[in-house]
Amino acid sequence: MRALLTIAHLTLHEAARRRILTATLIGAVAFLVLYGIGFHFVARNIQQQAGPSALQQRFLLNFLTLAGLYATHFLTLMTAVLLPVDTLSGEIASGVAQTLASKPVRRSDIVLGKWLAFCTVTVAYFVVVAGGVLLLARLLGHFTPPGLAQGLPLMAFEAVVFVSLSLAGGARLSTVTNGIMAFGLYGLAFIGGWVEQVGTMAGNVAAQNVGTVASLIMPTEALWQRAAYYMQPSIMRDLNMTPFSAGSLPSPAMVWYAIGYALLALAWGIRGFRKRAL
Amino acid sequence: MTALAIETYGLRKRFGEKLAVADLSLTLKRGEVFGFLGPNGAGKTTSLKMLLGLIEPTAGSGTLLGRPIGDRVTRGRVGFLPEHFRFQDWLTGRELLRFHGKLYGLRGRALDGRADQLLARVDLLDAADRPIKGYSKGMTQRIGLAQALLNEPDIVFLDEPTSGLDPLGRLLVRDLIRELRDGGTSVFLNSHLLGEVEATCDRVVFVKQGRVVHELDMAVRTHGLEVELRVEGAPERLLAEHGMLLGHADGVVRLRVPDDEALPRLAEALVRSGAKLYGMTAHRKSLEETFLTVMGEDQRPG
Ligand SMILES: Nc1ncnc2c1ncn2[C@@H]1O[C@H](COP(=O)(O)OP(=O)(O)O)[C@@H](O)[C@H]1O
Ligand SMILES: [Mg+2]
Repeated sequence: MRALLTIAHLTLHEAARRRILTATLIGAVAFLVLYGIGFHFVARNIQQQAGPSALQQRFLLNFLTLAGLYATHFLTLMTAVLLPVDTLSGEIASGVAQTLASKPVRRSDIVLGKWLAFCTVTVAYFVVVAGGVLLLARLLGHFTPPGLAQGLPLMAFEAVVFVSLSLAGGARLSTVTNGIMAFGLYGLAFIGGWVEQVGTMAGNVAAQNVGTVASLIMPTEALWQRAAYYMQPSIMRDLNMTPFSAGSLPSPAMVWYAIGYALLALAWGIRGFRKRAL
Repeated sequence: MTALAIETYGLRKRFGEKLAVADLSLTLKRGEVFGFLGPNGAGKTTSLKMLLGLIEPTAGSGTLLGRPIGDRVTRGRVGFLPEHFRFQDWLTGRELLRFHGKLYGLRGRALDGRADQLLARVDLLDAADRPIKGYSKGMTQRIGLAQALLNEPDIVFLDEPTSGLDPLGRLLVRDLIRELRDGGTSVFLNSHLLGEVEATCDRVVFVKQGRVVHELDMAVRTHGLEVELRVEGAPERLLAEHGMLLGHADGVVRLRVPDDEALPRLAEALVRSGAKLYGMTAHRKSLEETFLTVMGEDQRPG
């Protein structure tokens, strides 16, 4: 356990020293500034127009906030893929892994220590960005979406899934192959998610099945849909008023599936790193 | 505690088609400075990594400090300086030693003290708080050495420790190895630099294409001379009286004799026995010559 924490500390230290944390933070702030400006103008427009009823205003604000959270989901997943993508493959290639693995340390502790560190950084990133989006919505639109207590943890867990996958891939694949794999899976889940949305709206079963298969291959988009489902008022969902999750709420089993998925990915990575010639 | 630091039986490593180590069986006594010598690509690094548990052998087995190789706890008593090593170069020298010391289970003041002591020993105190990224090759190698000694190991593995070092750096490595030996630490030195090995090792093993081809006890070797005689009709018994017969072919006899005084005595005895002596040369065989003889002419420069 001590070795694991030392590795985690070393990893965090590296992220700080190599200005990875600063760069990520600057990216987050830039996004929030843009989002804030956009939100400001749209919210002003909504409130100045005589037209929309109070209910419609709420819809629009909820839509706007969810759009921000959707961007947060996307940015968090990018971070979750990019931060750990080369940590194992890069250290194996450079020989740094030799100096760690020749110490009285389990190889699984090396992987888990890094996992802990990258999960911490990515979830912290998520908290900053999502917190920023919600704060802006509150300040500029006097609006807070419902169901945050259910939705936000699901979104944070998406990050854990991708950190696990991207880290594990590095134990077995080269950095480039690993990156392609992770983004490929993300793309698949993304497209699959939308095909499913459209399929549900159009009542097309085949399209819904495509979505289901895609979310089995990569469950993060399903997690997002479930999170988004919680974070909008029920009328909005029933009327299919937003592109964020329609009537097709992924089942709670999907959450368990995603947990199993992350654990398996991690086990796959640990096993790969254990057997790897360093 | 066994008297052996390392014992291996038929270690073998295959990378796909390539047989990197064919059959490695060796023993290393505690406190011994052991040279593992061979041209590039001979399988030295692969052998060492198998001993450290970094690479799983394809076949064979072995023990390190009395425990099966690959044992995690044993690695706590082992130091390692990798070949062409790269460290987390965004750390400063001092931070590097602290982090690696923690992986050995050192903590607090004991760790800080040990780090300072080693920084001083490898002459890096004034660079201790600069990032390793800015170190020269020699400085990086020295911080690597310090890192290998953090846990006051029972055995240290050094893979080409002097490559890229200037003469002063080499001297430092040589001194360190002597200090380690004096302190009872075993040293496993991989090298293709013969001078290094000659200056420090108790015993040398030559490897070629993954096989041990020759073993040399340096303590024995430094005593005596090798004599080459071109002689006809020399009785073997008489030759054996004067030294150790190394070879006898095509009228050339090779003999190891104890010292210079043996030479005139040998010549006289030969002449008196009625043998025809055409020539006699004596020299101390350098490690380099042994290396070239052992490796054979077919070795292209690596
Ligand atoms: N990971 C590896 N994959 C494939 N071949 C390797 C690997 N490591 C070493 N080899 C090959 O094994 C042989 C022995 O290499 P090595 O042990 O590094 O030799 P040395 O240290 O004596 O120079 C070389 O031919 C090398 O190319
Ligand atoms: Mg080598």
